[in-house]
Amino acid sequence: MSFLQIDKVCKSFGPINVLRDISIDVEEGGFLVLVGPSGCGKSTLLNTIAGLEKLTTGEIRIEGNVIDDLAPADRNIAMVFQSYALYPNMNVGQNISFGLEMRGMPKEERDAKVAEVAKTLQIEHLLDRKPGQLSGGQRQRVAMGRALVRNPKLFLFDEPLSNLDAKLRVDMRTEIKRMHQTFGSTIVYVTHDQIEAMTLGTRIAVLKDGIVQQYGTPAEIYNDPSNMFVADFMGSPAMNLIPATVNGNRVEMTRADGAPLVLSFDKLPATVSARNGKEVMVGIRPEAITDAAGRGGDKCIQAACRIDVVEPAGADIYAITVLGGKEVVTRLHQDWPGMANQSAELLFNLEKIVFFDPQSGERLR
Amino acid sequence: MSHSSQPAFSSGRLLRACLYAVLILFAVYYLLPLFVMLVNSVKTLDEIRGGNMMSLPKNFTFEPWLTAWSSAQIGVEPTGLSPYFINSILMVVPAVTISTFLGALNGYVLTKWRFPGDKVVFGLMLFACFIPFQIVLIPMARVLGAIGLAGTTSGLVLVHVVYGLGFTTLFFRNYYAAFPDELIKAAKMDGAGFWRTFTRILLPSSGPIIVVTVIWQFTNIWNDFLFGASFADFDSMPMTVALNNLVSSSTGVKEYNVHFAGAVLAALPTLIVYVVSGRYFVRGLMAGAVKG
Repeated sequence: MSFLQIDKVCKSFGPINVLRDISIDVEEGGFLVLVGPSGCGKSTLLNTIAGLEKLTTGEIRIEGNVIDDLAPADRNIAMVFQSYALYPNMNVGQNISFGLEMRGMPKEERDAKVAEVAKTLQIEHLLDRKPGQLSGGQRQRVAMGRALVRNPKLFLFDEPLSNLDAKLRVDMRTEIKRMHQTFGSTIVYVTHDQIEAMTLGTRIAVLKDGIVQQYGTPAEIYNDPSNMFVADFMGSPAMNLIPATVNGNRVEMTRADGAPLVLSFDKLPATVSARNGKEVMVGIRPEAITDAAGRGGDKCIQAACRIDVVEPAGADIYAITVLGGKEVVTRLHQDWPGMANQSAELLFNLEKIVFFDPQSGERLR
Repeated sequence: MSHSSQPAFSSGRLLRACLYAVLILFAVYYLLPLFVMLVNSVKTLDEIRGGNMMSLPKNFTFEPWLTAWSSAQIGVEPTGLSPYFINSILMVVPAVTISTFLGALNGYVLTKWRFPGDKVVFGLMLFACFIPFQIVLIPMARVLGAIGLAGTTSGLVLVHVVYGLGFTTLFFRNYYAAFPDELIKAAKMDGAGFWRTFTRILLPSSGPIIVVTVIWQFTNIWNDFLFGASFADFDSMPMTVALNNLVSSSTGVKEYNVHFAGAVLAALPTLIVYVVSGRYFVRGLMAGAVKG
């Protein structure tokens, strides 16, 4: 049985439906990431799990027990907030022990717990400082300490890294991942950053307009997106979405000069072949279009395309061409010799291509 | 180079000199009454009658201060101002404490425990800030009579608490509106309820606004004459009313030096409150609560 079950949860503020029929299960020790653009309802969902918002319909269960009617403090859940929400009038030690004190734990026991957590997080030297005297990364640690010290069943993180600078964000990301591995805790984590979602989660739920667009492992979300929104939202640079026409077992798209680029498949998915003569959206990630040096599987098709822009990115080179009237990003090897405004031979990996309905945006399988 | 910058430099200095001259003039203008009060409160009555109001005392004496404090004729009793000073303290301390506490509680509820119609309630409370107090004299007198508090210090405390609430609520509501909601959520997750969130998180972070409110309320209530003159009995009369009775008594000799000393005595507590608590104004107690 799953550890955390979110079962047909709906939440509306007056006439506005913020969450619509959300069902997600997380196994014990799992790391669920809720990701989506702002306003998608991910923070509201987290708040309903925390008990800070009442849900309109549906149920949330932890280890099979419905927690909907429990007060936030009685759910055995700890939360790390975006602003860290450290109490400004208390020092670090008091901040960490406040939750224990509210639960009536005796002072000696509290002090022992605080010391233990402070040691784990290497913040022992900060215990007497006020939050105002800490750096962003230190505040982040204290906020995590405040959550850890209660030894809760479930951790909630509400965009905890978005206030940190880029380098610290990467460090703290690793730290959270390490904490998850060390303690084996179950975590629900909200972010709008798809890279954080990919790197941290064991499960990702992509939300938009209060609806789960796709729920799966990071690999599933990345390689097997269920619609154009997920394909576009996850991955950086985003998946290329190219308008193309189905013609038997072939899919044709136009190059910048008007010449057709034909991708011949052994077998197209039934829903795609059914659209013979009609338009589909071809989804292909930048790394599935590469230069000849990257000759991988034999299910590749080589075609010459005119390169408009070349963007060296260190490990790779991003080259941009135009297909089907859209800019298409390709990811080439760093020693690729080509230049902008020239034609180049590109390899299209047919195994990595997915198709979408151009109207509904749904995946054609 | 130096030729061209020289005139600009001296005109800047001239401007600055003018600025200071004007500022000093204003300062003198404002300090003059205080000077007159202090100087004349330590002169003998003969010296005041015979000489210049502005001159420094020839025979320095504290006698008028002692008289004003302990033996001047207030109404019919030669008690000095001291019993009324105590009346004022007995009125001001509870009135300021209660109205500040209730204002903080109101501000907390109106910002962090919102309920349907909270804006209307706040709007009505703001109304109290704009009502001219003369309007409420008669209704309030009837209410005080009905609940048996007419002519008592408790009655005055009640009146000042009720009419102070509008302002104290306004102060705290605006202060708490900027207080991060996430801190309240964090306290909820930590298991703190309504009161413990208030007493352990909100109140300890409210230093600056408490000081502002206390200064505001203390000054207003201490200096109030209208309610004191309307609702107080002889034995609950505050300092301001007693001072009026001292100064405007129509019998005997006008003891100006005693009047001056009494006026300074009446103004002293508010001055002390400013001096003592003014420095807390600048302390940013909220620093570091959130990012920034």
